[in-house]
Amino acid sequence: MSGTYLGLPAFPQAARLSTRDEQLRANLRHATHTIRAKRATAIAELSDWPELRAAGTAIKDHTLHHLDHYLEQLETAVTAAGGTVHWAIDADDANRIVTDLIHATGETEVVKVKSMATQEIGLNEALAEAGINAYETDLAELIVQLGNDRPSHILVPAIHKNRTEIRDIFHTHMAAWGRPAPDDLTDEPRDLAEAARLHLREKFLRAKVAVSGANFMIAETGTMVVLESEGNGRMCLTLPETLISVVGIEKTIPTWRDLEVFLQTLPRSSTAERMNPYTTTWTGTTHGDGPRTFHLVLLDNGRTDTLADTTGRQTLRCIRCSACLNVCPVYERAGGHAYGSPYPGPIGAILTPQLRGTTTALDASLPYASTLCGACYDVCPVAIDIPEVLVHLRERIAQGGPTTRHGTKATIKPAKGHATERAAMRAAAWTLDHPAAWTATQRLATRTRALHPRRVPGRTASAWTATRDLPTVPARTFRDWWQHREPDPKDSQQ
Amino acid sequence: MRVALFVTCVNDLLYPDTGRAVVTLLERLGVDVDFPTAQTCCGQPQFNTGYRHQTEPLVHRYAAAFDGYDYIVTPSGSCAAMVRENYPRIARRATTEGRDNGLTRAAATTAPRTYELTEFLVDILGVTDVGAYFPHTVTYHPSCHGLRTLGLRDRPRRLLQAVRGLELRELPGAEECCGFGGTFAVKNPHVSTAMGHDKIHNALTTGAPILCGADNSCLMHIDGLLRRHHTPLRTVHLADILASTEEHPYTAPEKTGNLR
Ligand code: SF4
Repeated sequence: MSGTYLGLPAFPQAARLSTRDEQLRANLRHATHTIRAKRATAIAELSDWPELRAAGTAIKDHTLHHLDHYLEQLETAVTAAGGTVHWAIDADDANRIVTDLIHATGETEVVKVKSMATQEIGLNEALAEAGINAYETDLAELIVQLGNDRPSHILVPAIHKNRTEIRDIFHTHMAAWGRPAPDDLTDEPRDLAEAARLHLREKFLRAKVAVSGANFMIAETGTMVVLESEGNGRMCLTLPETLISVVGIEKTIPTWRDLEVFLQTLPRSSTAERMNPYTTTWTGTTHGDGPRTFHLVLLDNGRTDTLADTTGRQTLRCIRCSACLNVCPVYERAGGHAYGSPYPGPIGAILTPQLRGTTTALDASLPYASTLCGACYDVCPVAIDIPEVLVHLRERIAQGGPTTRHGTKATIKPAKGHATERAAMRAAAWTLDHPAAWTATQRLATRTRALHPRRVPGRTASAWTATRDLPTVPARTFRDWWQHREPDPKDSQQ
Repeated sequence: MRVALFVTCVNDLLYPDTGRAVVTLLERLGVDVDFPTAQTCCGQPQFNTGYRHQTEPLVHRYAAAFDGYDYIVTPSGSCAAMVRENYPRIARRATTEGRDNGLTRAAATTAPRTYELTEFLVDILGVTDVGAYFPHTVTYHPSCHGLRTLGLRDRPRRLLQAVRGLELRELPGAEECCGFGGTFAVKNPHVSTAMGHDKIHNALTTGAPILCGADNSCLMHIDGLLRRHHTPLRTVHLADILASTEEHPYTAPEKTGNLR
């Protein structure tokens, strides 16, 4: 992934600040609870949801299993339809390809359709360095861009902002990017949308180049599919002369038939709609209609490495619906920024460390940013067992182990800072495997119970006792009670 | 029917009363319950923190300790889920790493026999009215692993509803995690605490003086917050409520030592 997020603090430190931000917590709570409830209703309407979920899972698994085959088929089909396919190994590679393509058009401005892949590679920043202005056209992305902020949700990037904050952002920053916001702008959604509409319309009509991602790529025909709510994406996809799409290789599905499943599960899971307002499909180029030039940049950036991991590969089924974010109690309190990646929430906690590796403190802290409550797995429309992958990644961080980086198998060392924990776990495992030692440990605890303080020094212990009391250690263990009870159960019964 | 109690390490040391309540309850229902002393811990803390290898001896230990029993009953959805869900997983991973060492057998023989208490009562014994008496207003928090991994659904609530004298109040946001999450509670203390406070807030809105749960680890976290803030709400394990009768009513555990 890009360097945009380098140097951010690890999850617990970042979350410490966000849990204290009352406004942020209120915004997030309101937004996630609303969409959570709506989603549940939208899902309950379908009697065949479990079957749809299983079908989506099967399609994705099958495609991932034969990804080489389907990618070749896709390349052939896109080329035959008049497009050009480029392969990008990593973020730098992809950014270079896109920058060169834009330079070749002679343009210095592009409009963008909301896209996770371009955020993942830090495209906007790379383009800015090359003297190219990239304008986000999705309303929420626009808010984030104008506010010089970072997105905090996959689907609702400005979820952390409320209406008043958005009005202020429009007021202060819109003018610097194009048409200014009207002076008397209120914080009514209608007015805000109208201000954005006028601002964006100028961009649409001027732009010669558009950059997008895609929700799906259909291998049999080389068709790309974009799902959106506002129609701004469709403007970008149809008006400019050149279209450049950056798409993760895992977005491929074999046939149009397969699309049927996801057109049901994705909108319901993400926006709780039966069907999303704009579904745009396009295939290569067509004379006299839409872009004359079409480039597809197929992005790897850690995906084939992820595919090599038998437990971790299920992560690549993700269709970025964001349902897991909306039910996640940790996301709700910590906010999206704490995850230090364009992919926040439960999916971010497993996807980011797989794409980026676990070498930074931030990436190594992400798999621990979960209570393993399982709510994310329950809602995931492609049944990604997020808790399973979290535990798997924790193992890699705590103990080291085999992994694949840049296509090469490697054994990685345990992450720093886990030495004490490792020693404690070993000691505990030994004690627990020797009941006599376990009994002795328990005896010690019960005998010294009067000495146990309520607050304890030491980093791990104080992490508990800073806010919580420790339980009282009782006078006798259960084991003790049982052993004295056994000779004559009637005597010592409660 | 040979039934063994898997008390769990947390209950053994910190909440022995819950273990005693299970024994009392099962015996009252005519079950002859045994406590194999070779048992220790299911290995969940190690497994969930990323120390899968350290849990392998504990899988063997668990299988050996409970060998020969028809049912293994535990008052913890989380530990039952560990055995049922993760033991087979641990065995599979070991096999793919080329060393089975009997783990497959250990997992296959223990996982199907391990039951969380409410499952055992409702599904195996076929009772929902266990003859309990508990004249208090209670709200119930379903812990995540019982709720989602085991799919306990309304079993605990059906058991509670059948308790004489008990008034059950719905807990708003009941299915949200309390924020314990094992080592999560110390690795991410701020989020953990924020989640716990929200759970307590929701419980207080019910007006019930008692928050019932079926996992003492979650209750330990919630109770720790309650005590720190002197909140007038108490946590009680479901087993303690089900064991309570008119003749032998529930008594709160002693609060001695220097901890009030
Ligand atoms: S992991 Fe599942 S629930 Fe989360 S965004 Fe991806 S598809 Fe949606």
